[in-house]
Amino acid sequence: MLVLARKVNESIMIGDDVELIVIDIKGDQVKLGIKAPKKVTVHRKEIYDEIQQENIAAVSSEFKPEALRELSDFFEREKKERDGNDTKGRKA
Amino acid sequence: MSVKVKTKPFGEIEIQDKQIVEFPEGILGFEYIKKFIIMDSSEKSPFKWLQAFDEPDLAFVIIRPADFMIEYELVVAQGDLEAVGCASADDLLVFAIVTIPDNPSDMTANLQGPIIINPVTHIGRQAISLSDRYRVRHRILDEVKRATEGRG
Repeated sequence: MLVLARKVNESIMIGDDVELIVIDIKGDQVKLGIKAPKKVTVHRKEIYDEIQQENIAAVSSEFKPEALRELSDFFEREKKERDGNDTKGRKA
Repeated sequence: MSVKVKTKPFGEIEIQDKQIVEFPEGILGFEYIKKFIIMDSSEKSPFKWLQAFDEPDLAFVIIRPADFMIEYELVVAQGDLEAVGCASADDLLVFAIVTIPDNPSDMTANLQGPIIINPVTHIGRQAISLSDRYRVRHRILDEVKRATEGRG
């Protein structure tokens, strides 16, 4: 890993069109500015990790594929029941 | 042209090759899988399957956010749209991956990492939501409840 020391208002270039600027440093927090073309996506690393963990949790589920029909029926019932209550509520 | 594919829910089935969706960058955590197919789970069910083409055991349950919540809005980076060859979010199919725990009524949908598919190019991608309203676990039945309350 390349390690560079930078001060506030100094920046580094990643490739020709991505600039990372140190905006502010307060205690253990660094505020960074990123100038990049629109097609470059920039996100906090934790977001990637969370999505990845959730993807793995989704496929690790013990849920049996055959049970999905039952779950669909349950979902529709819940939806209808809410709709039903909703209608009653409005009539009252 | 029709091709045979082994699936988790239905065993071996035959599909049209145009049903295959390419995911050039895979899905987070499963970057090595580049092809998926989408299958209905049963007639009229809002749940569908996102089945890995070459991995029979790997299949996600997915749902369209609009099927369980009101006012869902896809907010993703321009780069995510360009990656599937699309200029506007309106032209995309959008799904959320569903996590089903031991108690299925606690099922959640991942709106932080929506699956976007360009139905014209058949290219898909797991995008990252830029909206701070959306997280990795939205309780689906709570959203259904909120939707009906909101309508009343």
